[in-house]
Amino acid sequence: MKVKVLSRNPDDYVRETKLDIQRVPRNYDPSLHPFEVCREYTRALNATKLERVFAKPFLASLDGHRDGVNCMAKHTKSLSTLLSGSCDGEVKLWNLSKHECVRTLQAHEGFVRGMVVRYCGTSFFTVGDDKTIKQWKMEAPSYGEGEEPLNTILGKTVYTGIDHHQKEGVFATCGQQVDIWDEQRSTPIRSFTWGVDSFSSVRFNPVETELLGSCASDRSIVLYDMRESAPLKKVIMTMRSNTLCWNPMEAYYFTCANEDYNLYTYDMRFLEKPVLVHMDHVSAVLDVDYSPTGKEFVSASFDKTIRIFAKDSGHSREVYHTKRMQHVICIKWSADNKYILSGSDEMNIRLWKANAAEKLGVLSPREREAVNYSQKLKEKFQHYPQIRRISHHRHLPKNVFHQSKELRIMKEARRRKERNVRKHSKPGSVPVVSEKEKHVVTVVK
Amino acid sequence: MAKVSKKKVSKKSLKKSSEVTGNNEAVATNMIYDDDEKEDDLDGADVDVSGEEDEDGEDERKRQKLLEAISGLGGKRKKTLGERSEAAVQMCEFTVTSKGDGEKIDLSDLIETIEKTPSVPAKAKKQLKTLQRNTKTVECPLSKQENERIQRDVSFQKAATEVSRWKSIITQNRKAEQLVFPLNQEPSGPKPIDRVVTGWKAQTPLEQEIFALLSANKQPINDPILTPFEEASVRAMSLEEAKIRRAELQKARALQSYYESKARREKKIKSKKYHKVQNKVKRKEFLKEFDEMVKMNPAAALEELNKMELARMQERMSLKHQNSGKWAKSKAIMAKYDLEARTAIQQQLKVNKDLTQNLVSSLKEEEEEEEEEEPGTEVLPDFVNDAKQPLDSSNPWMSGKLSEDPTEKEMSETRGVTVEEPITVAHTAEEEEEEGDTEKTEEEALLREFDSRRKLRWAQEADPAAVMSVDDDNDEDDGVIVADSKPSAEEADASDGEEEGLSEFTSLFRGIVDGCREGKAGSDTSAQLNEGLVRIKGVGDMELLPLTNEKAPVEPQHPPASENLPSATKKAEKNRKRKKGIELKDVLTKCTKVIKVPVTPTVEDSEDAEDKVDQMGLIKEAFAGDDVVSDFLKDKKKQENAGKPKVVDMTLPGWGEWGGIGLNPSRRKRRRFRIKTTPPAPRKDVHLPSVIISEKRNSSISFHQVNSLPFPFDTHAQFESTICSPVGRTWNTEQTVKKITKPKVTTQLGAIIEPMAQEELLKNKKQMTVRNNSTVDSLKRKH
Repeated sequence: MKVKVLSRNPDDYVRETKLDIQRVPRNYDPSLHPFEVCREYTRALNATKLERVFAKPFLASLDGHRDGVNCMAKHTKSLSTLLSGSCDGEVKLWNLSKHECVRTLQAHEGFVRGMVVRYCGTSFFTVGDDKTIKQWKMEAPSYGEGEEPLNTILGKTVYTGIDHHQKEGVFATCGQQVDIWDEQRSTPIRSFTWGVDSFSSVRFNPVETELLGSCASDRSIVLYDMRESAPLKKVIMTMRSNTLCWNPMEAYYFTCANEDYNLYTYDMRFLEKPVLVHMDHVSAVLDVDYSPTGKEFVSASFDKTIRIFAKDSGHSREVYHTKRMQHVICIKWSADNKYILSGSDEMNIRLWKANAAEKLGVLSPREREAVNYSQKLKEKFQHYPQIRRISHHRHLPKNVFHQSKELRIMKEARRRKERNVRKHSKPGSVPVVSEKEKHVVTVVK
Repeated sequence: MAKVSKKKVSKKSLKKSSEVTGNNEAVATNMIYDDDEKEDDLDGADVDVSGEEDEDGEDERKRQKLLEAISGLGGKRKKTLGERSEAAVQMCEFTVTSKGDGEKIDLSDLIETIEKTPSVPAKAKKQLKTLQRNTKTVECPLSKQENERIQRDVSFQKAATEVSRWKSIITQNRKAEQLVFPLNQEPSGPKPIDRVVTGWKAQTPLEQEIFALLSANKQPINDPILTPFEEASVRAMSLEEAKIRRAELQKARALQSYYESKARREKKIKSKKYHKVQNKVKRKEFLKEFDEMVKMNPAAALEELNKMELARMQERMSLKHQNSGKWAKSKAIMAKYDLEARTAIQQQLKVNKDLTQNLVSSLKEEEEEEEEEEPGTEVLPDFVNDAKQPLDSSNPWMSGKLSEDPTEKEMSETRGVTVEEPITVAHTAEEEEEEGDTEKTEEEALLREFDSRRKLRWAQEADPAAVMSVDDDNDEDDGVIVADSKPSAEEADASDGEEEGLSEFTSLFRGIVDGCREGKAGSDTSAQLNEGLVRIKGVGDMELLPLTNEKAPVEPQHPPASENLPSATKKAEKNRKRKKGIELKDVLTKCTKVIKVPVTPTVEDSEDAEDKVDQMGLIKEAFAGDDVVSDFLKDKKKQENAGKPKVVDMTLPGWGEWGGIGLNPSRRKRRRFRIKTTPPAPRKDVHLPSVIISEKRNSSISFHQVNSLPFPFDTHAQFESTICSPVGRTWNTEQTVKKITKPKVTTQLGAIIEPMAQEELLKNKKQMTVRNNSTVDSLKRKH
């Protein structure tokens, strides 16, 4: 009797190495694959859970400053270099990949108020409380040489901020007025004033490079054109804006960080109403920086948290905090869109991942495909309550949590009161004012 | 002396003003006024003028005279420069107080002289007059603040327009499926040496000479790959154009090769019959073309005719069909005995005869033949044109369907026979109505008759859209009926319907995709982080998270995801079914003969005015015994009762007292052991008499269900279809998966992303122009 045995050649189904991927012949007929939605839903749920498990955004803390970090500057040509200035007038250059300080120099007496790297990356400017603008070489001085600035400009008043032109040897400072400087001259080539006030920050538009924006202490944001002799327009808000940042990919949008816990994105052509109000912070927002892709921005707040907002959403997609981080004063988004750097009151600079759950380093093609797929799944099933619940959950420090709750209650109460007033007054006499319109007082031409 | 000098100044200014008045009066008047005032002041002072001054004046005058005399010697230049007559009056040293003392010189005083002189152009005169009439003062300049405001406004407008140039790029980037950063990436690989060495310069005189020669002849200097001419030619054709061109060429080549291979294959076919048929077809086609050509382009037709004639002549001259060949001879011998051979020979003879005849006559013959054939072709039955009874909205039962229709098939098969029956049935229905009490089965049969008639009417309707709008089951039946009634027209009809269904589907899908894309931007607005004090430490902790919206949804729940799944497949199946129905007709048509329906108009069709009333009446008759409302109420009652908790009787007969046949437990006991459960919460539909709200809800499923339509979607169908289309590689091909899961933003590891540069704007403009051009070109090609 002959016994027939079912046998298969292992060569047909065993991989030679683990990298060897065999093509699996598949029949894509949908009738053969029932429960596709259910299966994908499970996958999406798992991906979401794993994302939360792997969300470890904090990378490193750079310590070395002996006072609070007051300002930072990205190097324009090197990703691994960071400059930071502290409240005791010290400037430090950091190597981010090694997490170490490369160079330290005593730049000013008193605060270092602002810092900017020249577009070519060979030198940088600092302004301080000692009423000086100093230009420094990026390279460390050779042995025996002292730390001397390349150039020093003595001003009459304190400068509170500085920014450099994108392509030319021109920079702008702010203090009692906004000045435009030529690098070759010791006096400003142009200075703008509009009322007597002090300015807290000035920023060049990175796309339309001749335009500037500045925040003044009279609660206004003023726009300038470097080529014109007078400012362009001014919008006065209910509270003061601390800083503003232009979108590096969309020429006419900028976002300002306001004292009223919100951020406002404006279209510079229509200042009457912000395009969007970004809420979530529970204390004054001190700094804001756009991601180089122009899709998101990060904000630093007095409430000891960092938040990441998508540029077209009213609420943050991410909140970062650590126990030891105090008021975050300055924030930067690295030029490769991967990291976030925050400088805070307690003398540390912290390095964060821009995407909390992202794997760093080079991904193999299969890994990348898997990541893309899971990302797509999360996006597809984002409205499902389970997935939504898990993906939106964040841990908050106790005080921030309670404060946000309180704020919510206050807001609700205000809303209710307004509604009641409207209900009991003559129709039309109490108009409905949208959240966007609430915060703008006037636009001055 | 100071006075004197002043006077001189005034004199000079006067002189000047008088000179100026000729050409620009407006300015001059002002100046003159000023001067007058000065003069007035001076007049008083001029009283005590010393003798020294007089002498000076005399000397001056003498000198003037001398100069004039000298200039007069030249002869021609007799005319002196303009005299200052009025000034002289005032300046006179003796009559200090002149006539015009204290009077202001007016513009009119000055103009008077001009009006008299003919040399002054009329235009200037007119201008002066208008000026005289105009007494308005010039407006004072704006305040500094106002001025600055205007300046700011203007410069803001300028800046705003400048910035708005970026709008197209910004919208484009927002819509883009994928953005790759950094934006302006240099193409990798070695650069052409030409670009690398642009900084080099010729040093020695010999080199310089050589370079001068090269550049003069437009030769490549730094050993580039392309000469300027070549570069120019390359530039003339952009990459996109080249690609389009190549694609076209490829297509043309492919078509040619297909054609060639086809021709080769056909040539190899040995079957004579095939060729005969083929030739016949060709001939027919040619003739058709020729007919058209006669109408459209007579000259070309004539040429063609000549060609044909030539071909005929050639064939005639050749020994073909002359019965002189080997085959013909053998056939001629065989013809006596064999019928086939005889017919073959006859055929041959006929061909020969045809050839020897004139071509034109043969043509006519064929035409006649065709004309004879035409009446033979079948005529479409007239009922195609009958008015369609639209879906009656007044009839609430119309949308419902009958419980079962066993006779449907038979009826569809024997459609032709049954067509006439309904009319009679309708009459009988009236009679029956009078009787009043009829059995339900009979009613149903009647209804079915109506139904079938309705379907028939729909079937007669040619519009495929109308067919689409009908209920599913009706739809399928329609397909069959249509197939029955007109086999020729329905095929196109059905395919149309199918196509429309498909296109509908695709458009819907596209809409969804668009909606998705648009919505993505706004979708996050609602998404707020759910911040709490719980820190997740593992996968297990996630189960503990509170649900963001735990409130029981008030809305009626949507079908769960797992149920959503079949809905799409159902749709697909529907399509398939429709198709099947159409295929089925092939089978049916074979056995059924086309019966010409007598075009006797039915009662409904002929009397349009009475039609509706009749319809209503019919429906009322039809559903006379049907009490839908009471049925519904019964149904509701049943549901309510089912939901009510039952009273549980726990009495045990014989427990604690005597039991047995005929002995019931005492009332007290019964009351004691009868357990009444607490009444449930009132039903949601208590106050809604015409609604049944089902309260059966599976909470374990609802935990995984979306309970409100997410933002970017408009309809449930859209959302369901996006959810139902799988993404993974288990259900899609590799390429599709790659395409679908492409991330929205990709960045390069370790590359600095620069802000958008001005070049981007130029690039965009160029692309736009190229795109426009290409579209224009393609349009041109099409036309």
